[in-house]
Amino acid sequence: MTDTTTTAAAAVSVRGVGKRFPGVVANHDVTLEVRPGTVHALVGENGAGKSTLMKILYGVQKPDEGEILVGGETVHFSSPSDAIKHGIGMVFQHFQLADNLTVLENVVLGAEKLHGIGDAARTEIRRISDAYGFGLDPDELVEDLGVGERQRVEILKVLYRGAKIIILDEPTAVLVPQEVDALFENLRELKSQGNTLLFISHKLDEVRAIADDITVLRRGTTVTSVKPAEVTQHQLAELMVGEELPSPSTAESTVTDREVLEVRDLQVDDTQGRTVLSDINLTIHAGEVLGIAGVEGNGQTELVEAVVGMVRPTRGVVELSDQDVTSWGTRQRRESGVGYIPEDRHRHGLLLDAPLWENRILGHQTRKPSVKGGWVDKAGARIDAQRIVHEYDVRTPGIDTTARALSGGNQQKFIVGREMSGDPKLLIASHPTRGVDVGAQAAIWDHIREARRRGLAVLLISADLDELIGLSDSLKVILRGRIVADYDPQTVTPQQLGAAMTGAKTAGEEA
Amino acid sequence: MKTLQRAGLALAAPVLALVVAGIITSLVLVAAGDDPAAFWETMLAWPENRSLVNIINEASVLYLSGLAAAIGFRMNLFNIGVEGQYRVATFVAAYFAAQAFLPGYLNTVATILVAMLAGAAWAGIAALLRVTRGVSEVISTIMLNAIAVSLVAYLLRKVGSREGQTIVTDTVPQSGWIPGISLFRDSVTDMYGLVFLAVLAGIGFSVLLNRTRFGFDLRATGHSESAAVASGVDVKRMVIYSMLLSGAVAGLIGMPNLFGVSHNYGSTIQTGIGFAGIAVALLGRNHPLGIAAGALIFAYLSEQANPLGILAGISPEIIAVTQGVVVLCVVIAYEVVRRYRNKLEQRAVAEALEAPGPSKEVTA
Repeated sequence: MTDTTTTAAAAVSVRGVGKRFPGVVANHDVTLEVRPGTVHALVGENGAGKSTLMKILYGVQKPDEGEILVGGETVHFSSPSDAIKHGIGMVFQHFQLADNLTVLENVVLGAEKLHGIGDAARTEIRRISDAYGFGLDPDELVEDLGVGERQRVEILKVLYRGAKIIILDEPTAVLVPQEVDALFENLRELKSQGNTLLFISHKLDEVRAIADDITVLRRGTTVTSVKPAEVTQHQLAELMVGEELPSPSTAESTVTDREVLEVRDLQVDDTQGRTVLSDINLTIHAGEVLGIAGVEGNGQTELVEAVVGMVRPTRGVVELSDQDVTSWGTRQRRESGVGYIPEDRHRHGLLLDAPLWENRILGHQTRKPSVKGGWVDKAGARIDAQRIVHEYDVRTPGIDTTARALSGGNQQKFIVGREMSGDPKLLIASHPTRGVDVGAQAAIWDHIREARRRGLAVLLISADLDELIGLSDSLKVILRGRIVADYDPQTVTPQQLGAAMTGAKTAGEEA
Repeated sequence: MKTLQRAGLALAAPVLALVVAGIITSLVLVAAGDDPAAFWETMLAWPENRSLVNIINEASVLYLSGLAAAIGFRMNLFNIGVEGQYRVATFVAAYFAAQAFLPGYLNTVATILVAMLAGAAWAGIAALLRVTRGVSEVISTIMLNAIAVSLVAYLLRKVGSREGQTIVTDTVPQSGWIPGISLFRDSVTDMYGLVFLAVLAGIGFSVLLNRTRFGFDLRATGHSESAAVASGVDVKRMVIYSMLLSGAVAGLIGMPNLFGVSHNYGSTIQTGIGFAGIAVALLGRNHPLGIAAGALIFAYLSEQANPLGILAGISPEIIAVTQGVVVLCVVIAYEVVRRYRNKLEQRAVAEALEAPGPSKEVTA
């Protein structure tokens, strides 16, 4: 098979590309052959250089060395529009859609010259949608679409612009299992009609399910290219990490009967008065990890913020160790032993332009060792920041480095270390390992397990079903602001969770 | 990053801005048919002793104004109302001091406190509107400036008396005056006795911001309000406190002059100090030493511009153009330097991580 296809010009070939990029990871000697009409997966842990390579292919970054060929012809992109001219389109992980516009308006935005903005464009969109089975209505508002449909709009956008080679950046990160299956159907359809897909992911089971070829990136360079049939998932993971693969599973139960957090009849309304969370009842004991599964935007954020004290519930009670804390502010709750790993570390977890040692104080402004009375204890904060850097393996030149300069994984490790400081009773962990590499993920899991053994209660919110199942002692599924199902993590499968998360099981409809 | 490099970068922006502002001013002069050489000759001549004293006096007042603005800025609060707060506070203080409720310097101390309270109260209106009704402090303080001017003028007519062309409040009892400090024998003006008030305020600002929990909360809110909220900062309370503090410092602006020179509040009170303070705070990066430098530069420019008309035949108003351009340039220059610094730091991190890092240990 290889012999016959390498004779034809590769859709994209990358030869010895390098990029010195101040900060994160540089690419060096990246070599990649993407056969036309295939799905080529690019795998690697976070920070392996996938984004840099993608940006180079899409014309956002210029390579410092090496060459890129598209259809056998050497190209030099200086902007994404150059890439589009050569038929390369990109679908970003975070959708770039205007919610208050229709599908048509979103698609033609910036490409008005192609088919205008009227019926010609509408016809073209219908044609593409029908050709690949997208099932999109050009005149529907994007805000009325589900996540899967929005993603199809993104794909349609690049097809509309004439792309034949489509780069998909972690397209499954935002999808539940059922939606992933639908996406893969679309991708196969695209492939069968001659399009080439470059699929970036670190979910190995998915990669094996969809890819024709897999290229592994590690530490900024391509390690090897393999065929999915020739490697096991385990081998692939080892290629990616270069070491043993960690597993999130907890050994034995450490659940006690001491209640740390109790939430009763909780209801939260948003600023417009819509109920976004209702009838929430949950109890977490010392030594227990309670996992909350759900598609993002189903009330997890509100639940977390209500427990941390950042939003006031409309109704209901929050108790910490049998004490009613519903009227307490965030500071008082934190003082009483609540650690908080926020979902969005840049928005809620760090002062990006402040040095690490000042970030050590954040959230601990009233507690030792970072303050004494009303005064900031600079020495104490520095020593403890140093401890976190050491114990949590935060890769940084020092504690005077600003948080912004660190990679996402190292920022996250620092936050976890900080929130574990001062022996918290309750840890609220929102996506604690999002965007961190496999090694750091294992370390964070270990820290959580260790603290759990010592009696920490954990409220775990995650999009990573393996993480949820592996770490939790009990699982609840949240859908449209309500708890809709309870599962025992020992017996539940990701498919069951996925079904409950989309409401397929209870209501029989797509979320 | 090395300390020296840091300091160099910190200085690069304002120096760059001053140079660019100088060039633009020269271009404006040329375009208007004036002689830039004569302009610079006057501007760069060593000030006379009298002018030196004026520069220090003006700078101390600008410094207080800059501090007042900076307290808000450090929290991303745009207190444009320093001008109004200063007017209200100075008027209230002058009226209070003239009543002589307390003897001698007790009256002075009490008056300074009253001025701070009055400034804080006036700023507090904007703070309350912001936290209860979500009114932008930019809008409310601008409106409050206009109200302050009219209100004080109205009240001055009620309580003041006519003295030549102006209306003034009663004179502060002499026992509470703070005499000037004579720096030069040949200078007709003395340095304000209350210059030390500006120094004290600067030290207080620095300690409060960098050493106290309150200061940390304030800076954290300024860096990232969302992160501050998640860390337990009650942002509404912080808005109120910092506006009150900003207003209280604004209340100090009029004190050196009240107790040193004028001894009353008159309709000829110096205007525009509150706005100049905003520029000075921007120029000084809201840093206590930076604001001092900014205040000195602004005071120097204003003072040196005075003889422009006589010596160079150029209208001194041109210097307001220079000052304005300095502020515009400095905002741009700081952003350029900030990006450059981020890049340097990222490179430093990358280099440090390429070297063998701490061994990977998994604490299980």
